Amino acid sequence: MNFASFEFLAFLAVLTLVYFLVPKKVQWIVLLLGSVVFYAFAGFVSFFFLLFAIVISYITVQILGKRIESLKKYLEETKTTLTKDERKAYRAKHKNTSLVILCIGIFVMTLSLVYVKYLSSMIGFKITERGISFGKYALEIMGISYYTFISIGYMIDVYRERAAVERNFFRHALFVSFFPQLAMGPISRYADTGEQLKATHSFDAKEAWCGFLRILWGFFKKLVVADAIAPAIGFIVSQKLGGIYFILLCLFYSIRIYGDFTGGIDIVLGSAQILGIKLPENFNRPFSSKSTAEYWNRWHMTMGNWFTNYIFYPLSLTKTMQKLSKWGRAKLGTGVGKRLPVYTATIITWLATGLWHGIAWNFVVWGLLNGVVILISQELNPLYEKFRARFPKLWNSAPYQSFMAVRTFLLMSLIRVFDCYCDVPLTFDRFFSTFYTFNIGEIFKGGLLELNVSLTQYIVIAVGIVIMTAVSRLSAEKPLREVLWGKPILGNAIMAILCIAILVFGSYGLGFDASAFIYGGTFN
Amino acid sequence: MEKLIEILENLHEGIDYETCETLIDDGILDSLDIVTLITDINDAFDVAIPPEEILPENFNSAKAIFALIEKLDNI
Repeated sequence: MNFASFEFLAFLAVLTLVYFLVPKKVQWIVLLLGSVVFYAFAGFVSFFFLLFAIVISYITVQILGKRIESLKKYLEETKTTLTKDERKAYRAKHKNTSLVILCIGIFVMTLSLVYVKYLSSMIGFKITERGISFGKYALEIMGISYYTFISIGYMIDVYRERAAVERNFFRHALFVSFFPQLAMGPISRYADTGEQLKATHSFDAKEAWCGFLRILWGFFKKLVVADAIAPAIGFIVSQKLGGIYFILLCLFYSIRIYGDFTGGIDIVLGSAQILGIKLPENFNRPFSSKSTAEYWNRWHMTMGNWFTNYIFYPLSLTKTMQKLSKWGRAKLGTGVGKRLPVYTATIITWLATGLWHGIAWNFVVWGLLNGVVILISQELNPLYEKFRARFPKLWNSAPYQSFMAVRTFLLMSLIRVFDCYCDVPLTFDRFFSTFYTFNIGEIFKGGLLELNVSLTQYIVIAVGIVIMTAVSRLSAEKPLREVLWGKPILGNAIMAILCIAILVFGSYGLGFDASAFIYGGTFN
Repeated sequence: MEKLIEILENLHEGIDYETCETLIDDGILDSLDIVTLITDINDAFDVAIPPEEILPENFNSAKAIFALIEKLDNI
């Protein structure tokens, strides 16, 4: 079920009605059934993989939970009989066995993800009227990355004693499969949603109004801006246009992915908000970032946190990395030795992030470039600090701050363009064409209008960008929708204008089924 | 505590670590700094900080970091 469809709105309306009408103690069952219905649209095979993830994570979490309880009990009982060192040794041994169980759980979950994403195109299967047919059938399983990440995160949090163990299988199933977050995230942790999904919720007019406005805002970003610019991107890529068109491609794709992804997340978070559930935010004004590292703290935040918490930290703190650090200090000097674990872990984490997006060279290069740029920025930090100390007024001035934001935006746009061509040499070739193809004049002589986007559409997109920028700035302290809730006439007028704008200017066909979300399709 | 302040000052100069309580919240220490810091703490205090202890509240101030070191040393 596509989020940007009437089908989804009808589904959400019915679910909300039932959710607030049933006795509160069964609200979570309504959410679970809603998630099952939502997922049933994806087909039986998709449902099977989701069920598999739920069962594996449930079993792992239960075993880990029991082991934690027994460890605590043992340590309590032996408080006076064992020495500190004996207790420490017992604890370490016990933890090691739990770690093996955790690793088995993670391995099985990852295997399922790897099979679907990378191997099914070679040894896949499909269900036909005659039964199961094996062959090169690449499986498309909705949201497998997201619920796999959510499950793995939960298993690790339980192992780390940072999350409670959910004993009820069906409540556990709801935590893993809560429908709004299945298609494109956010990747929530148990601490974010576990208790909320169990709690009872009364209808709250403010939450419902703000949630609905947020859904409309998401539709606006997706249908009026992102989908409208998509044909130009497709045209530039298919025609392999160079020079100024490559620069346009970088900008257009940034606009598209921003509208598409943040719009999709607005729909997800708005839907959950209507139901009284607060999912974690995934974006925090990313295009205002002044460095690559800051950008990744503001863009797809839950994914960044997931990779930092579950890959980067454990990896950089492994004994192997610590040994590497010591070796580096002894052989190559303190400076290099200190950096070795951090830099190695950064590159591996970014490589993993790239490979999660897809098993292709363009994603490898994309991941490595991000890692390398972050590390270069890290190395340049002392220089920046000196510059800041020497010219504090200039550093804090609006033009310089804007310069840093624009520089980061352009750099990220350039790195992101690897998604478009899915061909590394071609991307580099088109990039270098900007140095020898001087065709800037073409765009003023009608070239822009030959990209399958009309003048009216460009104007609508430009107005959309201005509105998105203004809303982003106005929401820096507090979300604008919450401010508008206090001004009902203005708020309702804006809601009506948004509805009209979506219906009049939105990019959709007769069936009102917008093109699939980038992160809901390619990167699921 | 002095040893810890020295390690922190080597990481970023010009910050009053005795009073600052927002090292993470204000983005003074990022994930790369945290790993470098943990490696240094490991060497100086012979304490291994596991990934599960990397929580904002454990790294927001020098006082909190020191409390974490003491806690891990006493487990």
